Amino acid sequence: MNETLKYVYEVDGSDFMSAGVASADVKKNLKMLGFSGDLIKKVSIAMYEGEINMVIHANGGIATVEVSDDCVSIVLADKGPGIEDIELAMSEGYSTAPDRIRALGFGAGMGLPNMKKYCDEFKIETELGVGTTVYMKVYNS
Amino acid sequence: MDRVFHSVTLDKDKCKGCINCMKHCPTEAIRVREGKAKIITERCIDCGACIRICHNRAKKAICDDFEMINNFEYKVVLAPPSLYGQFLVDDINYILTALKNIGFDSVFEVSTAAEKVSHLTRESLNQLRACTDGPIISSACTAILRLIKVRFPDLCNSVLPITEPIHIAAQMAKDEAVRETRLPPEKIGIFFISPCPAKVTSCKSPVGGTKSLIDGVFSVNDVYVRLLAALKKVDVPEQLMRSGIVGINWAQSGGECAGLLTDNYIYADGMENVIKVLEEIEDGKLPDTEFVELSACPGGCVGGVLNVANPFVARSRISALRRYLPLMLNRGISDATNMFWEQNLQFETIFRLDENREEAMRKMRRLKAIESMLPGLDCGACGAPTCRALAEDIVCGNATIEECVFKTVTDKKNAEVMDDK
Ligand SMILES: Nc1ncnc2c1ncn2[C@@H]1O[C@H](COP(=O)(O)OP(=O)(O)OP(=O)(O)O)[C@@H](O)[C@H]1O
Ligand code: SF4
Ligand SMILES: [Mg+2]
Repeated sequence: MNETLKYVYEVDGSDFMSAGVASADVKKNLKMLGFSGDLIKKVSIAMYEGEINMVIHANGGIATVEVSDDCVSIVLADKGPGIEDIELAMSEGYSTAPDRIRALGFGAGMGLPNMKKYCDEFKIETELGVGTTVYMKVYNS
Repeated sequence: MDRVFHSVTLDKDKCKGCINCMKHCPTEAIRVREGKAKIITERCIDCGACIRICHNRAKKAICDDFEMINNFEYKVVLAPPSLYGQFLVDDINYILTALKNIGFDSVFEVSTAAEKVSHLTRESLNQLRACTDGPIISSACTAILRLIKVRFPDLCNSVLPITEPIHIAAQMAKDEAVRETRLPPEKIGIFFISPCPAKVTSCKSPVGGTKSLIDGVFSVNDVYVRLLAALKKVDVPEQLMRSGIVGINWAQSGGECAGLLTDNYIYADGMENVIKVLEEIEDGKLPDTEFVELSACPGGCVGGVLNVANPFVARSRISALRRYLPLMLNRGISDATNMFWEQNLQFETIFRLDENREEAMRKMRRLKAIESMLPGLDCGACGAPTCRALAEDIVCGNATIEECVFKTVTDKKNAEVMDDK
């Protein structure tokens, strides 16, 4: 079956407290569809981290999730500042999060590395001053 | 499904069809149909939230008739520590003596078994943690066990595989009674006074492959008046207490954790809080926490919905009662093998749209389409707790879109506008 289910979420960059709502909804839907706990965990962590990044670093964006029988694909697109040095941003521990965000427990610089770790396919496209798009895929093994 | 019995039920005559219980049910197990609440049995976890909220007292827990104790030659009652907070006394022995005086031959404190569980948990925690990611979750609250079974498939293997203290207590009490009376086991009745519908259900059909030895279960509410009267007549209490602070602490949220002698734990009470913690564990956000204690009721078992006393008053009474008691009196886990479950929690797939993925995807697509037609007010007038829940009911064939009042009204208005043109 090739038909997919598509979910589109507007991630609001001005409302920090609602960050994580989109990934929670995806998790609920995947459970109702009967996907394995392993896949659900990977998808929820990867998407949660990406969603938080859009809120903290890019003032929000659009999350698009497509679910098919064998794969969940997540695209997170924002119109934020872009990432200057992707390799640096991908390294564990690198973070530009401001103190007020760190006070909430974020800013360990583990988001991007974890997203990559939990996904089967991972790609970032970014342009300074234009925005960042993260493409992730998790296969249903 | 290992459930044959289910304690929470509806008193149809008292139900006025308001939507309070439906709105407060943590598993969306209630619908209002034809002016009456209806419980979807497979979804109900017997937490008692609906009993707590219903102003018409239309939700109740099915218990046994007290007179049934007379079917047994020797009667033993199991007293949970939360019971001690129900009365104002200065010594737990008063309550235990009064329990004997209302018709039992002996009393057995559930807290003695709880102390054994605390001991065994301490001994086995590291080994259990090595087998799963994240913390080990307490198995003490039956409502939480049911919640995990239906909503958190991935956490079933993280639950402490040790039998609930009441069942261990039942075994200990039975063995002791057989030894002392030399009666055949079937002539000895074991009874429990329950703070909640979840434990009533546990007495009738426990989880984890445990066999229940409990012959009858009554709510605190059912025995309260008798017990209060008996209590007034106790002059000099018998010395019946056999447990210490560690066991009695299990009456309240955080008590089980305190008995583990580690700092690296979390405890949470109240369904909404509990669900948030479970979500965090499921997402792997608590990798270093060793143990998590969760109680469905606010404040823990003192907050059980079949209790009589205000939970906060009960908690403070218990604090006073346990002062000057020894730390713990029951160790001995030589019989530990009987304390472990035969099998881990088994996940029940009742929230899946369909067992067949293709069919589930088809239903999900329809669900999305229907949800987008609904107003998103979550008003409950359709008899489902949220617009999304109505959409679910529709795709599963349990409701129709006409049930949505707003949709029907706006459709009608639109039709009129069309007519005018
Ligand atoms: N969508 C984005 N737009 C712009 N910059 C980003 C975006 N996502 C990440 N970054 C940059 O990459 C850095 C590393 O991101 P990463 O998610 O790994 O860590 P963090 O968000 O700073 O902290 P943590 O995720 O551990 O809370 C960020 O500090 C930020 O500078
Ligand atoms: S917290 Fe205690 S009283 Fe409340 S449902 Fe759980 S076991 Fe019963
Ligand atoms: Mg991040």
